[in-house]
Amino acid sequence: MNLLVIGCGRVGSSVALELQREGWDVTVVDENEDALSRLGDHWPGRFLVGHGMDTDLLREAGIEDADAAVVSTNGDNTNIVIGQVAQKRFGIDCVVVRVLDPARADFYAARGMRTFCPTKTAIDGLTEAVRACEIPVKVSA
Amino acid sequence: MYVIAAGGGKVGANVARSLMRLGHEVTLIEQRRDRFERLEDEFEHQVHRGDATEIYVLERAGIARPPDIVLALTGDDEDNLVICQLAKEKFGVPKVIARVNDPRNQAHFDLLGISPTICATSSIMALVEHEVPEHDLIHLLELRKENLEIVEVQIDRDSPSAGKRVEALELPEGSRLISVMRSGQAEIAVGSTLLEAGDQVLAILEPGKEDELRRVLLRR
Repeated sequence: MNLLVIGCGRVGSSVALELQREGWDVTVVDENEDALSRLGDHWPGRFLVGHGMDTDLLREAGIEDADAAVVSTNGDNTNIVIGQVAQKRFGIDCVVVRVLDPARADFYAARGMRTFCPTKTAIDGLTEAVRACEIPVKVSA
Repeated sequence: MYVIAAGGGKVGANVARSLMRLGHEVTLIEQRRDRFERLEDEFEHQVHRGDATEIYVLERAGIARPPDIVLALTGDDEDNLVICQLAKEKFGVPKVIARVNDPRNQAHFDLLGISPTICATSSIMALVEHEVPEHDLIHLLELRKENLEIVEVQIDRDSPSAGKRVEALELPEGSRLISVMRSGQAEIAVGSTLLEAGDQVLAILEPGKEDELRRVLLRR
């Protein structure tokens, strides 16, 4: 199965490595060629330098044959637009899009986009972690 | 009318000022602090500071009223696309206009149904082609929604259409001549209009019919 990862930061690179190990054929796209180093010294997949808004580059990266796409650049709106292009122009069903802003993540999720919001996960996790603390009751002297 | 304009650069600020002069109510949204402070001196409470792709910023600017039109005029095409989608689909704003900064992104606006759009680069390119034609068929206007375009053709002495009436031409289906410009005078093209060398002819056609039209008028 073919996976296209757009945006090779901490998140994108880790997803690419993880799914590559599970047997996916992974192509990674990033604006910055230094991002390749995040994939380690022996990246067996393809890596293309360019902007994810560039449809020619997406075609070169094999988007027409992709079974899934992960959109994880550092811009929410860039991800939202690329995600819709992957879904609507190239007909990929499994498009997963990183959106940091919970409000936009909800809005686009309601319109059928698989958004993933790390901010919301952090808010829930941190809130739960505080609740789970056992705070010793202070005894006033 | 009530207008929200996102992006307080040169374009946004000038548009906001022009609308205000016409007596319209305008809220301008600008993200950058330095720009915002300069705009605030002029526009006072009519400029808000914030990221216009954030829903709470749009709400504070009164998007829920909703405005008659939202103008997405930032220097970032992705932002302009998202602003228009939020305005139309979340808040039911009846009309949007989006600025396209990079003409290569036009296809994304079309794909997502954001229209009308305005792209300075594309407009300049069309003017360049009009002023200094490289081709015998000049694109003047694209009517995206209608899937039609308007082109200009110059008839010369060798053209097979020179000396013929419009009704005698076998124009391709999905095309029609609009007007003929001869020595500075334009007239509407009708069946009996006689084409002459030197005429500048405007035609409306479906995209993709250019070659057929060229063959009938110019045989090239």
